[in-house]
Amino acid sequence: MPVPEIAESYTGSVNLVTLGATKEQGGTRSSTVTVGGARNVVYGGSPGQTGQKPVIAMDVLDAKPDDWPEVLIEPYKDVLDSPADWAKKCVEEFGAELICVKFEGIHPDKADRDSEHAVKVTEQVLKAVNVPLVLWGCGNDEKDNEVMTKVSGAAKGEKCLIGSVTEDNYKSLTAIALADNHFLITEAPLDINIAKQVNILVADMGFPLERIVTFQSTGALGYGIEYAYSIQERQRLAALSGDKMMAMPAICDVGYESWRAKEAKLVDAPGWGDVKGRGPMWEAATAVCLLQSGVDIIRMRHPKAVATVKNFIDQVWKS
Amino acid sequence: MILIAERINGMFTNVKQAIADKDKKVIQELAKKQTDAGAAYLDVNVGTAAADQQGTMQWLVETIQETCSTPLCLDSQKPVVIAAGLKVINAENGVILNSTPLNKKSDEEIFDKYVEMANNAGPKASIIALTMDKNGVPQDVDTRVAVAAEIVSKAMEKGFDPQRIFIDPIILPVKVPNAQVQPGNILTAMDQIRFLSEPPPHMTIGLSNLSQGATERSLINRVFLAIAISRGLDSAIVDVFDRDLINVVATAEMLMNKQIYSDSFLKVYT
Repeated sequence: MPVPEIAESYTGSVNLVTLGATKEQGGTRSSTVTVGGARNVVYGGSPGQTGQKPVIAMDVLDAKPDDWPEVLIEPYKDVLDSPADWAKKCVEEFGAELICVKFEGIHPDKADRDSEHAVKVTEQVLKAVNVPLVLWGCGNDEKDNEVMTKVSGAAKGEKCLIGSVTEDNYKSLTAIALADNHFLITEAPLDINIAKQVNILVADMGFPLERIVTFQSTGALGYGIEYAYSIQERQRLAALSGDKMMAMPAICDVGYESWRAKEAKLVDAPGWGDVKGRGPMWEAATAVCLLQSGVDIIRMRHPKAVATVKNFIDQVWKS
Repeated sequence: MILIAERINGMFTNVKQAIADKDKKVIQELAKKQTDAGAAYLDVNVGTAAADQQGTMQWLVETIQETCSTPLCLDSQKPVVIAAGLKVINAENGVILNSTPLNKKSDEEIFDKYVEMANNAGPKASIIALTMDKNGVPQDVDTRVAVAAEIVSKAMEKGFDPQRIFIDPIILPVKVPNAQVQPGNILTAMDQIRFLSEPPPHMTIGLSNLSQGATERSLINRVFLAIAISRGLDSAIVDVFDRDLINVVATAEMLMNKQIYSDSFLKVYT
């Protein structure tokens, strides 16, 4: 008996987004990164419908982290004070295709650094590496509006992915990202209705839908990954069925969320296996799981986890 | 919802006048405004006034495509007029051939001709197929569904993707004597048509025809459209300038879980 053809087909597709601007395009990047383009679910349809390979954005913090576990500190111990060297290491040693500069240090409850600091970090990282950048604020609305608008200006023309904007705080950063020719991250708290709403609000300001990447919020393995998975999946299905307000590529924050899990970092847990392998495995498992729901960019931290996930991506998205 | 905008039609006086005067501006403005209002396709109908229908169709197509890349829906009862439009069209973004019956007394092969024209126009070309055959427009549910089934199976036989077919169950004016049973019949037929293929064929209607000659036209159109969307209607030829109507589309699609809810759900078509 012949095997019946059961592949579903869809009318829509995920938008293609190309991050980074080369010299010819008015920036200073040596290469660009294109994500999106899927015309079917992961593992579904023909090979021609898989779209671009998902990419990993490796996290670089603007200020030395004070709450990272030893296992995560170890690979970066000589560069934690220098975002530029840190970024360089990620690109040159660990093969990062994208760098995500996370401005934790500007948060009023943390180091409370000012915009001058953030601009300097941006300039240094832009100089140190040639890959496209993701520039991500601290999550405090007031501080982000003050600092990230300056960061945007410092990277003007580089076609960075900048964020994030939310339903309650989107106007300043959207306006400046539009002016500085960047791409924008729209964020929602694991709520598909709000996710769509932010996109509509941003589009209402004249920001092109084709320059948006969505962030639905992420839950790590054991900490709400099923919610994140189902939201990502719903977004992907909406994109495939032609909903233009949901047709953006998606970004996940796997690094931060995975390393919050006690399973990833608790040293004194003999029954759980060696902590050195456990943390990276937790991060990799979270990433691999979410990749199957249909995400395009994953923020990650541990080089071992990055290598594992890259291997997975190369096998599933064979070019 | 695939909205096909109805205003570029020689039956409207300003379009008729524009055709007579070869006034491009009127046509191009209509094309832009309808696109801005959410049209996925622009219907193009030369009307009955123009002596040279083929030439007029070509002029309209060229005029619209000079300034607007929204795909067109070439609307004529005469295949030669549609063929004339296809000669000059850029169908890269798609085109709909509007429309063909299953067959006609005078032309048994008319459907096949449309399939051939669509295939020649490119992979994104679709056809509106009427649930109508050589015996005319069926009055009952079963014959309507049977004709639709024949259309879908004929398309499949010819290797023409049923997703490129828009079944039009032909909506008649509700005010015509004895026609009041028809809207209900059409809805019942739609219930069955959507199971003819997987994924289902598109279904479309010329909505404004329903309220022809009646009072409260917009209200009649809106209510019927809401019910029809619940039965699987996914396209309609409409007046996209009727904001109340477009709001009904957005709301009905949201309630049917075809569109994800957001607080600004009414803005999805603009």
